[in-house]
Amino acid sequence: MNIELRQIHKRFGSVHANNDISVTFAAGRIVGILGENGAGKSTLMKILSGYQPADSGEILIGGQRVDYSGPQAAIAHGIGMLQQDPLDVGAFSVLENFTYGQPGGLTFNRRDAEWRLNQLCQRFGFDLPANTPVEMLSIAQRQQLEIVRLLALGVRVLILDEPTTGISADQKQQLFNVLRALAQEMQAIILLVSHKLEDVIALCDEVIVLRAGQLVGAQQMPATTSELVSLMFGGQLPPQARIQSHLGDVVLRLENAHLSDRRLAMRDVNFQVRAGEVVGLAGLDGSGQRPFMRACAGLDKLLSGRVMVKDEAMTGRPYRDFLAHKVVFGAAGRLEEGLIAGLTLTDHIALATTPGWAVDWAEAERYTNARIEQYHVRGRATDNIEQLSGGNQQRVLMALLPEDPVALVLEQPTRGLDVESARWIWQQLLARRDKGSAIIFSSAELEELVTYSDRILVFYAGQIYEVPDVTRTSVDELGHLIGGAFMQAT
Amino acid sequence: MKRTATNLFFLALPLLLGVIVVAILIVLVVPPNTTLGDVLQAFWNGAFRNLRRFSGVLVFWIPLTLVGIGLVITFRAGLWNIGVEGQMTLGGLFAAGLAFMLGEGSPLVIIPLCIFGAMLGGALWASVAAFLKVRFGVSEIFSGVALNAIANQITLQLIAGPWKPGDSDKAQYSRPVPDAARLLGVSQDFNVSVVGLVVTIVAVVLVLLVLARTRWGLNLKAVGKNPRSALLLGVPTTITAFSALMVCGALAGIAGSQRILFTYGDVRGQFAGGIGFLGLLVVLLISARGVWVPLIAFLFAIMLNGGTQLQFLNLDSSLTGVLQGALVLAVLLANGLRDRLRKPKQAKG
Repeated sequence: MNIELRQIHKRFGSVHANNDISVTFAAGRIVGILGENGAGKSTLMKILSGYQPADSGEILIGGQRVDYSGPQAAIAHGIGMLQQDPLDVGAFSVLENFTYGQPGGLTFNRRDAEWRLNQLCQRFGFDLPANTPVEMLSIAQRQQLEIVRLLALGVRVLILDEPTTGISADQKQQLFNVLRALAQEMQAIILLVSHKLEDVIALCDEVIVLRAGQLVGAQQMPATTSELVSLMFGGQLPPQARIQSHLGDVVLRLENAHLSDRRLAMRDVNFQVRAGEVVGLAGLDGSGQRPFMRACAGLDKLLSGRVMVKDEAMTGRPYRDFLAHKVVFGAAGRLEEGLIAGLTLTDHIALATTPGWAVDWAEAERYTNARIEQYHVRGRATDNIEQLSGGNQQRVLMALLPEDPVALVLEQPTRGLDVESARWIWQQLLARRDKGSAIIFSSAELEELVTYSDRILVFYAGQIYEVPDVTRTSVDELGHLIGGAFMQAT
Repeated sequence: MKRTATNLFFLALPLLLGVIVVAILIVLVVPPNTTLGDVLQAFWNGAFRNLRRFSGVLVFWIPLTLVGIGLVITFRAGLWNIGVEGQMTLGGLFAAGLAFMLGEGSPLVIIPLCIFGAMLGGALWASVAAFLKVRFGVSEIFSGVALNAIANQITLQLIAGPWKPGDSDKAQYSRPVPDAARLLGVSQDFNVSVVGLVVTIVAVVLVLLVLARTRWGLNLKAVGKNPRSALLLGVPTTITAFSALMVCGALAGIAGSQRILFTYGDVRGQFAGGIGFLGLLVVLLISARGVWVPLIAFLFAIMLNGGTQLQFLNLDSSLTGVLQGALVLAVLLANGLRDRLRKPKQAKG
């Protein structure tokens, strides 16, 4: 069963997100969809999976033209999409989430559903306990759950949007094995949207490349990274040079801190960061980076110990006081924590910059327009923030940072961004570092950690290990450490 | 041009639909020999036949607008302040208590004190819900329902106890509020309190200005839409939610004091009269857009006053309540319909 897209057009206002895209996906193939942020990849995939309609164009499945009105109808035609953030319902159990979308009336046969869940899990080697609440699962497990759910619904075309973000190397291997098995055994079509070229190279049989809404190339694999990069950007990116900046005094300190979140407790954490220093936090999701960073910014209270900003004791003070001392936290989820859907860009700027009790809207709007220009945001001051693309939202977040922060504590600052956008973000961050800001950031990209960090802390099950010499470490070594290798060594 | 026209259409659609539904309802329930026109005539007569009827509308408009504009604040902050009825009640009780305590004296001193006390009472009652919310995470909806019931009990206890009129143990009303604390109408025919009118208008203007022009107004909006992000953007989320409830409580308190110091002149059971709940309907109807509160409150007041005339058409005056409920439901439905019809603005990716 082939899937054919014919002359797909989609506009968002003045942006031509998909411009006359025609492409055929053959059964049993794994196809990488490449392109920088805003190239139109997600739009095309959303059209194919029924999340939004195309303005014009047609979709043919096995030569038959189909029209569908939503994801449910697309799934009925065998096309399912795995979102970047799994669309499950946290408080409900694995089994309950598994059954969403299943045909049937008011009653549902629990035993039957559980049997089917277990069948699928066994086949792919997934470990999904039926009665566990989904919020207790790791990202990889939630992904697995979504895959088996879609397969149980009869999906034969599986679209994955950045599936390897936030999962470990082993989990990635497992995922890729499953995808290969699906393609070979079931003749399923796998469409992989990813910025990570090494993933694309490892998995895909062919790639298509979008640029500015148009299909600009297709390539049979294997191909090298530089071939793919030049296809995506129409040129090659020079390697990033590493520049050490001048280190100043200690600006942020944790002393004998006792931290905890729901899953793990961390005792006697001692940490300090100096002005102009970049500290990278490595580790799998949920290894302790989050409570660590939240403690640094005063978002979570310490159970014991102290937080110092410069020489001031900040223990137990609210985040607002940290903000007043220019210690700024940036969360990974942009629209969940950081930006406010329903508020305009000007509203955001006014929130971040109004010092007194009165808001000068004219001034705020002038300021917003200046920032839009300075940060190359594609959007208007009066746009609601959710109307912007992910990359542009990230730019707005950057624009909201103060010019001269004392310390930036950033969760995955380039999550989901393409190479170029990520570089741009780092330009902004490094410019602030050069002016004396300390930067603490977590990342799932080992390359990013090795490239930008002056020091790297590796987190594993709440244990922290500092990499002795960052200039000598490599992505490989870091990969081992993340898996807990330092625990055996010590 | 075309866009403005479409926007206008979408703006008017819910109201239009609401009116149609209400009209159909009326046609369905009226006796065979009356027409829709008769009913409208009755409403009109009830509200505008003469100055006295019109002042009746205004007397109702004052507390409803105060409560409505207060609720706009809490809605803005994402809070469902069901407890507003109880906040009205406590405001009224504080005003009455102060009036009884102060006794006779200069109204110029006593009335402002009573109104101030009413604000304090309403705000205090709201702060109970606010405290439960921010400290223990108790939904303001549930605590509000409970606090409303408690406020009623307190009222009844006061009427039966310290404030009872004479030696009777089965009083329906308290003894009358001292004259010095009473708000007076302009004249026999135009029986509306100028103080109430002025306070209401000032409150509306102030709230609208504060919402549009201050950091606090912006904070409310941020907290209402996404408290987690708001916190990271430097908004004191706890204080914002707390203060939103307190300010709403204070405004509801003034509304309550109007019921005691002007409308009844004594304290009686359920003296808030469901105006708090009606205020919730007003705010739902306009999706918390503050400028519309005075107008919609006015419409509601007309409907309520007109409702008293329905008996002459052999209709029960409780039909008014049904119509108001139907109107709100229809408008909410139409809002949802509009959002589906209007092409959603989507982020591109």
